[in-house]
Amino acid sequence: MNINIGEVLLNLWNDSGFSAIINGFGAGGWQNLVMIIIGCVLLYLGIVKQFEPLLLVGIAFGCILSNLPPVPGAAAMYNQDLWNAYINGSAYQVLNEAGEVIKTIEEIHFTDIIHYGGLLDIFYIGVKAGLYPCLIFMGVGAMTDFGPLLSNPKSLLLGAAAQMGVFAAFFGAVALGFTGQEAASIGIIGGADGPTAIFLTTKLAPHLLGAIAVAAYSYMALIPLIQPPFMKMLTTAKQRKIKMVQTRNVSKTEKIIFPILVTIFVALLLPDTAPLVGCLMLGNLFKETGVTDRLSDTVQNALMNIVTILLSTAVGATMVGSTFLTVETLKIVVLGVCAFILSTCGGLVGGVIMCKLTGGKVNPLIGSAGVSAVPMAARVANKEGQKANPSNFLLMHAMGPNVAGVIGSAIAAGFLLSVFG
Amino acid sequence: MMMLAAAADNMGIADAGIVALLGYGVVFFGLILLLIVVSILGKAFTRGEKKPEKVEEPAPAPAPVVTEPQLAPGSAGQLKLHDVPPKTAAMLMAIVADKMGKPLNELRFISIKEVK
Repeated sequence: MNINIGEVLLNLWNDSGFSAIINGFGAGGWQNLVMIIIGCVLLYLGIVKQFEPLLLVGIAFGCILSNLPPVPGAAAMYNQDLWNAYINGSAYQVLNEAGEVIKTIEEIHFTDIIHYGGLLDIFYIGVKAGLYPCLIFMGVGAMTDFGPLLSNPKSLLLGAAAQMGVFAAFFGAVALGFTGQEAASIGIIGGADGPTAIFLTTKLAPHLLGAIAVAAYSYMALIPLIQPPFMKMLTTAKQRKIKMVQTRNVSKTEKIIFPILVTIFVALLLPDTAPLVGCLMLGNLFKETGVTDRLSDTVQNALMNIVTILLSTAVGATMVGSTFLTVETLKIVVLGVCAFILSTCGGLVGGVIMCKLTGGKVNPLIGSAGVSAVPMAARVANKEGQKANPSNFLLMHAMGPNVAGVIGSAIAAGFLLSVFG
Repeated sequence: MMMLAAAADNMGIADAGIVALLGYGVVFFGLILLLIVVSILGKAFTRGEKKPEKVEEPAPAPAPVVTEPQLAPGSAGQLKLHDVPPKTAAMLMAIVADKMGKPLNELRFISIKEVK
């Protein structure tokens, strides 16, 4: 047997990803390298700084996996061209190891993606079909107590007021040159609701999914830093000290009727919102009925965890260098933070108005919790209230606007979907 | 709406402003309607709650000699518990004291009620 060691080593080198990055450095290799570094930075933020670790770790790892150059002749883990063909309805060419076209598929279906795509492509089908965000919403519903909202229904107004950032950022995005669909997807970052942002973006602007998901989850993790300065700016020290009275007890029957009522009502008002609101309320019904404890436990824990793994990895996989490293991503990052701030301000202004109208019975800080992000935003409102008055406990009062914000952002998404979908 | 969807690729600022205002309005409209529905539901349930019936009290019996329970040294008075076991109440008071950074004997708890 005559082995040419040099040739073997050369073949090994040529087959390696290092070679692909170096040889293709000018033609996109550098972008992959930068994205791998960004993935590592996101991992650092998730693991060390604990910024939404349950999602950011998966997103960062998906980003690293999808930016590793494919081995020649083997399918990439995430195939951007395949999804571009699916989204645009264009033909897709299947290549062999030598790079020759062996088959042309005129119209891509999910079955073709399972057949020709990589592992992350298969994960992504659940995002594209809108499955994962809805299942996450089911888990969120099962973990949410709508009692504070039912005992103080006026909180719904604060949840509505706090959607201001969604529409302000939408307007800003159009002014910066984004299309209506793209602007709608960027604006929904202001809803501070990850599943809703992913749901809407996959429907309207899937090419922006990676940037929007990362911006949305990063800002949600940064709520304790973003919100307090605006809370102090828009409220007086006297208002922040206001103690709110105990709300009434909500009966179990009311809690059971509420999810059924909201589903029927919101689905009739905006049918596009039905998948999100329906799943949210179904999860809540599992929790409240008292006869479906096993289902409630499953959607809160096992299902939620499994879907989080699939969703985060698939979303991270969309952060391919060629589509992520653009000026548009920077614009999304800036517009996203503006959306968050304006939503916070909208909720606070709503809180101040409500405070004045009720003769000082409402602490305006609870308005800032209207930006969804359950329960982080409510905790921040409680913390700031306690800073002003250590005997002030606003958590339960802030949970009302907080869960109202979830419904509000779903309605906002439904509206944008009906206009641009 | 369909026309807007078609024109979304080159949307003007004015159109964007209209869509933004309309969208914000729709969110308010939806949640105000929901507020009305939830308020009606709440009122129906609070009305439905039976008020405790007044029972005619028999002629007052000679008042027994009631001895006030002995308060613990340094106590700030009686604490009323509503559906809260004493162990949970003790835990809650300890948490509140810890969060406020004040010793328990400087705080006065009047009542603890479970929010259902």
